[in-house]
Amino acid sequence: MCGAPDQAVSLPPGTDLSKETVLAGRVLAAGQPVGGAFVRLLDGTGEFTAEVVASASGDFRFFAAPGTWTVRALSRSGNGETVLTADAPGLHRAEIAVA
Amino acid sequence: MSRQDVLVTADWAEKNLGTEGIVFVEVDEDTTAYDGGHLPGAVRINWTTELQDPVRRDIVSAEQFAQLLSAKGISPDDTVVLYGGNNNWFAAYAYWEFKLYGHPAVKLLDGGRKKWELDGRVLTTDVVERTPTSFPVQEPDLSIRAFRDEVVDAIDTKNLVDVRSPDEFSGKILAPAHLPQEQSQRPGHIPSAINIPWSKAANEDGTFKSDEELATLYGAAGYEEGKATIAYCRIGERSSHTWVVLHELLGHSDVKNYDGSWTEYGSLIGVPIELGAGR
Repeated sequence: MCGAPDQAVSLPPGTDLSKETVLAGRVLAAGQPVGGAFVRLLDGTGEFTAEVVASASGDFRFFAAPGTWTVRALSRSGNGETVLTADAPGLHRAEIAVA
Repeated sequence: MSRQDVLVTADWAEKNLGTEGIVFVEVDEDTTAYDGGHLPGAVRINWTTELQDPVRRDIVSAEQFAQLLSAKGISPDDTVVLYGGNNNWFAAYAYWEFKLYGHPAVKLLDGGRKKWELDGRVLTTDVVERTPTSFPVQEPDLSIRAFRDEVVDAIDTKNLVDVRSPDEFSGKILAPAHLPQEQSQRPGHIPSAINIPWSKAANEDGTFKSDEELATLYGAAGYEEGKATIAYCRIGERSSHTWVVLHELLGHSDVKNYDGSWTEYGSLIGVPIELGAGR
């Protein structure tokens, strides 16, 4: 497959967090989860890398690499973005507030 | 071919929902989004199970395609408007496949599901039933489809446009960053390919950029006009998006989509592979 998979909360079975750099988080508007937001992963230069649709609970995740990333959300409740830095493989979390 | 022949806007689509002779079709790799709500009257086509052969790795045959459209209630007289999630990647693939098998009037909804949802337009869970038709079997137009041998022959000769992300192009990763990185093919790209990610041709809301912006984008990246072109990605759907840009919107002739793409090329024995940022 190549399309964006379902963004259910749990990681796919067999995800090796000693090797994979997973960027995961939640889209929130005034503290409440925003389901169905379009979440875009931009690299350190602001270039588009990937996009997923947040789950009903607002959750999203990407399989990236160590580095600095921007996660940007587009939704009916507004847009917003957060910068996060992953210095090594593992699970890195971020919240995106949209308004 | 001009933009009006290829794309419809969300406003146009909304005004033409339910119009006789216009069939909206939602296409995706995984069509569960359709169950949660689709354009009123739209039927669905599952890219994985209905546009791909279920056994061999190939698109469906001309006979299978004709059967599919007949069963969906689509006739050659209908104007078909395709749309989907994933920034219209799989809808663009379907567009290319509809063209390959000779449907005379097919268009893409600019922005697909994303713009439709962000605009807050109507979606419904109503069950859609259309009367089956008898869609004719037509020979494929192979002038828009590239196979592996002609891709190898195109090295240093044609425009080879790799539309994957820069990290997939350089060989750093094997799949887009929304997927686990477990694939086993060799990383890299076809020698002499230029890297113009599909995403550069689209706005944030999923609509295509203007013709002027697109012409500037490809020119600046080393695309040579007047030269034959083959576009590829990993499984052929992102390159369908770029095929629509180059062949349908910008009107370049002799542009082919290599649907085998990197999952085929990167698994071939003995073919040359280039690593890094390109020449």
